[in-house]
Amino acid sequence: MKKNNFLKDLVGRQIFIPIAALLVLALFNLIADPAFFKITLGTNSTGDPVLSGYLITILDYGSELAILAIGMTLVTAASGGQDISVGAAMAIAGSVTLKVLCGSNTRPETLQAPIIVGFLVAVIVAMLFGAFNGVLVAYFKIQPMVATLILYTAGRSIAAWINNNELPVISDPAFAYAGGFIPGIPIPTTCIIAAVCVILIVLVMKFTALRLYTQSVGINESSARLNGLNPEMIKILAYVILGVCVAIAGFIKVSRLSTINYSVIAKDIEMDAILAVALGGNALSGGKFNMGASILGAYVIQFLTTTLYKFNVPSAALPAYKAVVVIALVVLSAPTVKDKLSGLGKKLKSGKQGKEGA
Amino acid sequence: MKRKLLSALLCASMVAVMLVGCGNGDKKADEPKADEPAAAEEKGDELIKVGIINNDPNESGYRTANDKDLKEFFTEENGYEASFAYSLKNDEQIAAAQKFVTDGVDYLLLSAADTAGWDSVLQDAQAAGIQVILFDRTIDASEDLYAASIVSDMDKEGETAATWLKDQALGEYNIIHIQGVMGSAAQQGRTKGLNDMADAEGWNIITQQTAEWNAEKAQQIVQSEIDKGTKFNVIYAENDDMAKGAVAALDKANITHGVGKEVVVMGFDCNKWALEELLNKNWNYDGQCNPFQASYIDEIIKKLENGEEIAEKTIIMEEKGFDAEEITQDDVDTYGI
Repeated sequence: MKKNNFLKDLVGRQIFIPIAALLVLALFNLIADPAFFKITLGTNSTGDPVLSGYLITILDYGSELAILAIGMTLVTAASGGQDISVGAAMAIAGSVTLKVLCGSNTRPETLQAPIIVGFLVAVIVAMLFGAFNGVLVAYFKIQPMVATLILYTAGRSIAAWINNNELPVISDPAFAYAGGFIPGIPIPTTCIIAAVCVILIVLVMKFTALRLYTQSVGINESSARLNGLNPEMIKILAYVILGVCVAIAGFIKVSRLSTINYSVIAKDIEMDAILAVALGGNALSGGKFNMGASILGAYVIQFLTTTLYKFNVPSAALPAYKAVVVIALVVLSAPTVKDKLSGLGKKLKSGKQGKEGA
Repeated sequence: MKRKLLSALLCASMVAVMLVGCGNGDKKADEPKADEPAAAEEKGDELIKVGIINNDPNESGYRTANDKDLKEFFTEENGYEASFAYSLKNDEQIAAAQKFVTDGVDYLLLSAADTAGWDSVLQDAQAAGIQVILFDRTIDASEDLYAASIVSDMDKEGETAATWLKDQALGEYNIIHIQGVMGSAAQQGRTKGLNDMADAEGWNIITQQTAEWNAEKAQQIVQSEIDKGTKFNVIYAENDDMAKGAVAALDKANITHGVGKEVVVMGFDCNKWALEELLNKNWNYDGQCNPFQASYIDEIIKKLENGEEIAEKTIIMEEKGFDAEEITQDDVDTYGI
């Protein structure tokens, strides 16, 4: 009986959806090829130790998405809408980083500024763009998707314009650390960065009222105001935090290859970020949220992508598989289906109880 | 009420933005007009109006070089008044072409995103007496609909690369093939070259995936093969960016690449940085895709203006393939884009 309760509790929890999805994928891979879970310690071309294997690949390439999912969850919860400009904003952030580091020379022998400065400038710029989106949403009451459509459309051109349409290439190996490995540390740096971000947001939510405020604004703006909150500021704050996430993710992206390509960098990542939030079982109309579920959702998406690559599924078909996931999610979370399912659950339960009684 | 006000405000701001946009456009058109009489008198003729439809210059280094070349050439000093439209999407390009036809340009220069769907708009252009010149990419339309087509022979690019690969006489060929955006002429030609040769020589293509010209996708595809533990000794990437992504994955797994190493790396487009990789013997081969088409186009337009016939509609530009063992610094400076 107790076990039953535990199970029910688990199924009822929001985080159940991404965990279930993860388990299904893991099980599928385990059956198809147990070597999927093998992790080996090798060396890279500079002779430093590195971990490799599918699981590492998933954690590595899922990092940007996980970081974005943090910000996207807050934006979704606070403003009841999504920011579709994150991909374009990442292009801007990456472009700014490269501009600061390269100056006017696109192929610098030595960097014009310390790497951290390039990163921090990108953070500030991305926060400003986030604030821009936030102001449009909070004060001008424009629907988030429409408001961020502006930057979605213009962002990549802005990114190209920052570097005069040229494609800088950085040859300093230190710049590639963020997207690869720091010598001596076998764990991909991207995983470490993602972990730091997750810990930071967990601490922030534990020690500040961010979660409470965001949720109350998302659930009912006017009652939040009556309780002395400033809904506008909280919405803008959510977009600014997303801006920070965008800058970090953008930095990782340019660091991976030490260069940028404005039209394809982080392409369509906004849709994946939104999907991560949805996979986490969060209501896309705002209100209550579960940060952990969103982050897990991001890794589920990467897990799916990596699995499909492993089975040589044409990469052009990846979006179709993601669409299947979306359909399944939407159907499962539709009220009518939910009612039916819970009705079915009750029936089963009463049937069982009847048997137990007999 | 509030909502109505808001939407009214939004509309007003949109109109304002459009006016500003148009205002700028007018200014651009006006300014030259002010100097035009002088310029025109000197040259003794009017500016030739060209509408140029190209792919987004940010798409790749190749496109950036191509756009730069066109922009530098089609200037008022050279007797042209050029308008540009960019898109990676065919339908948007067709809409832009329709606009240029309505605007009444003299020549329509077109680098199509996709090969299909151009018939009706080109017929409109023909009806309006506009000469169409295709550059860089061909389309699936009757030859009557355009005056000339200046192209890279993508099939030949693929063939040259595949022949080069054959000449390397590797013991066995296990190839990772990373494709560009499916359906683009560059992808089709470069894929065909490799596929034909692989069929003829019995090469083993381990995987054939599109990374859509995206370096990071290419990195993931190669990473997946490495994780799988498959053996491969050739990476055939259909552009330099994707080759770079593939190499990043190789470096992570300590798989050597380049001249005399485990994996042969092949790219296309001849970006300057890619040729430098060749010079450093980190890559093995880079196929050129000539982006400097403006002078070819100019030649055609001059001929048409003088009423000459264009004998051969398809003009194929000369293109090379570079081998890491033979490339020199001079080549990098001359052919790097």
